[in-house]
Amino acid sequence: MKDVYLLAIESSCDETAASVVKNGNEIISNVVSSQIDVHSQFGGVIPEVASRIHVENISLVIEKAMKDANMEYSALDGICFTQGPGLIGSLHVGVQAAKTLAFAHHLPLIPVHHITGHIYANAFVDEIKFPLLALVVSGGHTELVYMKEDYSFEVVGTTQDDAIGEAYDKVARVLGLPYPGGPQIDRLAKTGEATYPLPKPKTENELDFSFSGLKSAVIQSMDRLKRRNEEMIPANMAASFQEAALGQLWNRVDKALELYQPVHFVIAGGVAANSRLRELVTENMKKYSNISYTIPPLWCCTDNAAMIGASGYHAYLKEIRANEDVGANPSLQM
Amino acid sequence: MKKYTVETNSRKETQELAYKLGNLLNDPLVIIMRGDLGAGKTTFTQGLAKGLDITQNVNSPTFTIFKIYYGRLPLYHIDAYRLEGVSQDLGFEEYIEDSDGVCVIEWPMYVQDLIPEEYLEIELLHQEEEKRLMHVYAHGTAIEKIVEEWL
Repeated sequence: MKDVYLLAIESSCDETAASVVKNGNEIISNVVSSQIDVHSQFGGVIPEVASRIHVENISLVIEKAMKDANMEYSALDGICFTQGPGLIGSLHVGVQAAKTLAFAHHLPLIPVHHITGHIYANAFVDEIKFPLLALVVSGGHTELVYMKEDYSFEVVGTTQDDAIGEAYDKVARVLGLPYPGGPQIDRLAKTGEATYPLPKPKTENELDFSFSGLKSAVIQSMDRLKRRNEEMIPANMAASFQEAALGQLWNRVDKALELYQPVHFVIAGGVAANSRLRELVTENMKKYSNISYTIPPLWCCTDNAAMIGASGYHAYLKEIRANEDVGANPSLQM
Repeated sequence: MKKYTVETNSRKETQELAYKLGNLLNDPLVIIMRGDLGAGKTTFTQGLAKGLDITQNVNSPTFTIFKIYYGRLPLYHIDAYRLEGVSQDLGFEEYIEDSDGVCVIEWPMYVQDLIPEEYLEIELLHQEEEKRLMHVYAHGTAIEKIVEEWL
């Protein structure tokens, strides 16, 4: 089969990114411009919805991706882009860039769902086998996705309220830790013990998640300690929260593995970088000797455009195309 | 401005009250939600959405700041939590002024200039466990009518 080269563009959140990907599993170039660098120049104020910064960055990022790949547009087979979900203003920038380039260079335009990108990011490090179960965990998503075959997605569990990464950020804020809160809590939890009792939320569908109650329970527990003039040990609170949050994740994964009997399990998304979650996966997968699993390297977990190229390749093969009137969809369903 | 106070004893009761509001709405409305983390702003909005015949699950919009749901009237759910210190134009006006739907704004202090003259304000205060004290402020005579019908 002829090699397929795709230019991928991602701008759904804080990162402006472009990448050239070959056959969905080989990175030719990968450029990520994180706004976190820009924010630090302003002394730590983080305006996360700076779509203006995306506008300033996008041309440079795409140009660099093409230059790093040492390719002309005529050698590309298509342009894929993140259509959603994400921040509407940020998404627009990438969608417009992709549409303009596809129009100018007469290339097919391939819309990609951000989460499918996170799942397919695992293709860069491992061979993906089906049926597959993916746990997608990030600041905006907590989803269990079952893939019976290539490019078929069934969301079998999702959060009923807050995303897990969001709960981490909010609990971090209550504990007085800086943003982003995930790595901070992970670090602090290592020095503490899970001594504070926190609830295990029940959900109507046993594969769904709920983190809002856990967040409230942390706040209430801290208030109670304060009222009683008892000392609150931040490291222990961080550990208690982390064990409860990740315990809930694993509880659902366990049930889903039993129920769907996949041959492959992957984790994906920013929270997949959490060291305790990675430990839990390694420990708990021992009992599933017939299911292979992939814990992606850290660079694969955060937002990048290569993953959009990985997923976009399979969309390309399935002949999924967007018209020139396609728009960003901040609440896009898989 | 008229002020009303209600108490709810459980998460379910909060959602039922919100459902009742959603159920009686036929026209666009801006609702401002105040309350600390965990006070129940999203919980309330979930009930409201059901009352608007929205079947999709409403979850926290904190990450994407803005979510749209379609029911009897569209529901625009804005969460300005991450907008602290951001002063740029985000294009939310069209969902707030001359809107065709119900617009719920959480953490309104970060988008103060977007709030219209007439709006419904709900403040959720955390009591013990699932108990919540709710202060409702009707800003404008048309809003007062809605609240009279609701509570």
